Amino acid sequence: MSTQPAVTLEVVDGIAVLTFDLPGESVNKFSPAVIDEFTAHIDRIEQDRSIRGAVLISGKKGNFVAGADIDQFLEFRTAADAARASAFGHAMFHRIEKGRAPVVVAVDGACLGGGLEFALACAYRIAADSPKTVFALPEVKIGLIPGAGGTQRLPQRVGLQAALDMILTGKNVRAKKALQIGLVDEMVHPSILRAIAIERAKELAAGTIARQRDSRTHGAKEILLDDNMLGRAVVFRQAREQTLKKSGGHYPALLAAIDAVSAGYSAASEAHGYAEEARLFGEMAMTPVCKQLMFLFYATTALKKDSGVAPGVTALDVPRIGVLGTGFMGAGIAAVSVMQGIPVRFKDTAPDRVAKGVAAVRDVIRDGLTKRRITRQQFDDQVGLVSGTVEYTGFGRVPLVIEAVFEDLAVKQAVLKETEAVLAPTAIFATNTSTIPIAKVAAASTRPERVIGMHFFSPVHKMPLLEVIVTPKTAPEVTATVVEYGRRIGKTVIIVNDAPGFYVNRILAPYVNEAGKLLDEGIAIDAIDQAMAKFGFPVGPINLIDEVGLDVAGKSGAIMAEAFGGRMKPSEALQKVLGAGRLGRKGRKGFYAYDADGKKEGVDESVYALFSGGSRRRELPREEIQQRLSLAMCNEAARCLEEGIVRSPRDGDIGAVFGIGFPPFRGGPFRYIDSVGVAEVVKQLEALDAQQPGPFVPAAILREMAKTNGTFYPTIGKPV
Amino acid sequence: MPIYEPGRRVAIIAGVRTPFAKAGTTLRALSAIELGKIAVSELVHRTDLDPASVDLLVFGTVLPSVLAPNIAREIALMPLLPKRLDAYSVSRACASANQAITDAADQIALGHAHVAIAGGAESLSNVPILHSRGFSDALVAASKAKTLSARVQAFAKIRAKDFIPITPAIAEPTTGESMGQSAEKMAKLNDVTREEQDALALASHRNAAKGTADGRLTAEIVPVMIPPRFETAMTSDNGIRPDTTAEALAALKPVFDRRYGSVTAGNASPLTDGGAAVLLMSEGAAKAAGLKPKAYIRGYAYAALDPGEQLLQGPVLAAPMALKRAGLTLKDMDLVEMHEAFAAQVLSNLRGFESPYWAERAGFSSPVGAVDRARLNVMGGSISIGHPFGATGARVTTTLVNELERRGGQFGLMTVCAAGGLGFAMVVERA
Repeated sequence: MSTQPAVTLEVVDGIAVLTFDLPGESVNKFSPAVIDEFTAHIDRIEQDRSIRGAVLISGKKGNFVAGADIDQFLEFRTAADAARASAFGHAMFHRIEKGRAPVVVAVDGACLGGGLEFALACAYRIAADSPKTVFALPEVKIGLIPGAGGTQRLPQRVGLQAALDMILTGKNVRAKKALQIGLVDEMVHPSILRAIAIERAKELAAGTIARQRDSRTHGAKEILLDDNMLGRAVVFRQAREQTLKKSGGHYPALLAAIDAVSAGYSAASEAHGYAEEARLFGEMAMTPVCKQLMFLFYATTALKKDSGVAPGVTALDVPRIGVLGTGFMGAGIAAVSVMQGIPVRFKDTAPDRVAKGVAAVRDVIRDGLTKRRITRQQFDDQVGLVSGTVEYTGFGRVPLVIEAVFEDLAVKQAVLKETEAVLAPTAIFATNTSTIPIAKVAAASTRPERVIGMHFFSPVHKMPLLEVIVTPKTAPEVTATVVEYGRRIGKTVIIVNDAPGFYVNRILAPYVNEAGKLLDEGIAIDAIDQAMAKFGFPVGPINLIDEVGLDVAGKSGAIMAEAFGGRMKPSEALQKVLGAGRLGRKGRKGFYAYDADGKKEGVDESVYALFSGGSRRRELPREEIQQRLSLAMCNEAARCLEEGIVRSPRDGDIGAVFGIGFPPFRGGPFRYIDSVGVAEVVKQLEALDAQQPGPFVPAAILREMAKTNGTFYPTIGKPV
Repeated sequence: MPIYEPGRRVAIIAGVRTPFAKAGTTLRALSAIELGKIAVSELVHRTDLDPASVDLLVFGTVLPSVLAPNIAREIALMPLLPKRLDAYSVSRACASANQAITDAADQIALGHAHVAIAGGAESLSNVPILHSRGFSDALVAASKAKTLSARVQAFAKIRAKDFIPITPAIAEPTTGESMGQSAEKMAKLNDVTREEQDALALASHRNAAKGTADGRLTAEIVPVMIPPRFETAMTSDNGIRPDTTAEALAALKPVFDRRYGSVTAGNASPLTDGGAAVLLMSEGAAKAAGLKPKAYIRGYAYAALDPGEQLLQGPVLAAPMALKRAGLTLKDMDLVEMHEAFAAQVLSNLRGFESPYWAERAGFSSPVGAVDRARLNVMGGSISIGHPFGATGARVTTTLVNELERRGGQFGLMTVCAAGGLGFAMVVERA
């Protein structure tokens, strides 16, 4: 523990300047120790009559306050514990708000969660005009609600609609927008931020400007919906309806946040709103959803720091890359690279193929232009970083080549040989594949230690996961470089070992097959999809097959069946539908019907004619469908851990949540097994195995753990 | 006149250009800056050059954008290149890219730079169209006006004719003579016949078509994705007519002197869009970077004469000086690349090379000599390939050094005529 203070106080012209600079950390966070320091300074400001006002500023350039240190949330044993912590925060911020000396907050950089709640309690807010300055209340993302007055003070500053938008999405609001909505009173250049803040503190102390003035614009929409009780009732009702619809009722914090905001408007005392916020915060802190989302937060944070190789191995510098194959995947990979300012040499066999690829890159980047995330100049710059070619010129200096050609071993091997002839000896050849074992591609290489797999998910610019696949020969430096590159382009990276299907597709296969078997057994398509959507998957498994394409799913299924035998044998139903030439959405015909524009129209009843039993479908309880499918996936995930395909339950959970959309509120397959109980899972698997021998034989690791009542994760303290 | 004695040999490493497209066609949506960026970016990639090593970028353009007049700096600011890259633009009419190349070469010879990119670009599809003087005056006055009535008053002075916009004409400001009229005059002064001109134009198309078909010309071209959809690529020049014939050319009517003229659309260079760039390095820097030079600059010269006399005869004055500075004669030249503004101009220049009168005008006792036509513009010229003013000099340089390398020749001469009575000539030596 550092003895250095986190908060220093300096008096300038009768204004106490509080500088928050947490020692040894890149960002400022509120912890009990920091709160104690603030309390001491507030005491002094209250007592010292020579101090007329105060300024709160961060000592970290471009970083204000990232929020509360969430480690402290792990200590809560009961809802009352958490509610008390919330009430404690209320008391402190109440002193800031109502104290004799007005406090001006000067925000340069991210102002998140508790940081924003602190800022809201101040008399006057100034934002530095910088792209780094963002405001957000991201508590719902970890299953909580703002607990230090955010649900009460934010609506007062920005109005009900804007406040609900921020609280329910946790989204970032940039400085300019913050000024527009009245979240801050002023925006200044970062270099004069401190001086202006001191000036304003003096003016507030002198009474020449008012505390907590109303800085928002009151347009027709605000007057109609925010500024009167009737309008607010409409807003609340809509918010509740939409939230329930979007969240499927799986995220209780969203409704709790609405309740807390609503309490702030009730006729009872001001204290009532704060009390409700504290109570609901406490309640949410105890929900399983909160625990799972907190786990995901810790897991992704830990993953970002995990290079995947032994310490001391450093990643190579990657100032530019080569991408082979200008199809949809190649274009996606090129796009996310140039969006990070990395030049891409983009090769295919014919100029028009290259042109199509570059056009696809433009389309991805244009999305940012349309949504005004980037300027026209940035768009042109990013597009200019893609350089198309039909030759291998320009590959001599690229340290990393990502190959995304046709999914065919012979083609990939031929391309690897051609490329190696022009690459520098140290250059890395990464093959993007979802099914082909990396070692087989590497077999064609004269330097297999420089060959690695990168399994991107489609569409690349939207899917957050990247599976990096290492073979026994892959050099650690190569792994470190590719992992680092994946993070640079914004991906959550897990390292997996080379085996058919790697991890994500491996656990997906038995899940999809089980869905197919349900079809064979006469269950309706929509019954299966709806059950899994209710379970929390973004789309049901049959719908997923349609999206991926039946040909792709069929090819992948065949590879899995070949590798793992009967356990992965594709269902008859899938085979028959594929055999009938239905390709899914891309062919406008699959399990579902699509209109000419590719819009899904519901189950294509004619598909049932292909199955035994035809369109006479039988009922099966939703829970049974959910159990069979989820356990098929979880059991396979356990096998992957057992076989060392994934390195840890953490990686397995992250892979499933970010790669497949395994319900985040369930934490991932391993968290889910823990929450059900390993012994119970084994019992259920055995029961299913008895009914239908084969696919449900429990993984050995589960049987072992069941004997000792083990869990994949610690039951108390930090999850990872 | 001082002889050019370089302190450091300047190597030409490589050149890249966009396809050249007739103005108003395939590349019309791209600005000169965008065309320049495409050429420079490909040059950097194709040569595996470390972009951080570039320390100078000089670019030429004839009709700069009013909004972004320093084309070189705009190109240098593309994210591929370091922001600290010094860059400036030059203007020497049709020899602008040559000016960019010789400026960069001088900086390398002086030791001020080691790695330089030089070239030029032009979009004649995007020429600036100006308001008339009267309308401009009113706009300026209105912007200065403090009251509404003063603002209204400012516009009150506008006359109907003030609304006619002004488009830049390709004419000499001092003489008012258009480029075509000058070429027409030169044909008459130098006894150049219509048949000779059409034959030269035909050869230009034949040679360019051959160079395109066998890939020698396309090798120096970077495919450009065609706006607005960018889903197809333009891979070669669109002005070359492989199937044109002497009869077809003969059938065209003279443009500038309908009665007694000989200059037609067929034997003149078309208005064109395109960009081109070359990579220059000091000999030492090239060696250190492991890049193999194609050629070295042996000597160059610029010259000028009265534009009212023979506007495009400048090369006749520049060539003997460039040869002298190179310490060589025309006989030593394995290839000659002569910019073809007009067939009449090329033929006038060639006659000038053989003329004692022009030798004396240039300050030499004997003429440059007769150019072996088999070595002249062997892959076509501006008549067939096209002529984006600012880019042509870099295109000619690239073709010359590439073909010299292919043929295993030793020396090559290039000449470029330019508006204002300017002329340029440069001698290169294969590395």
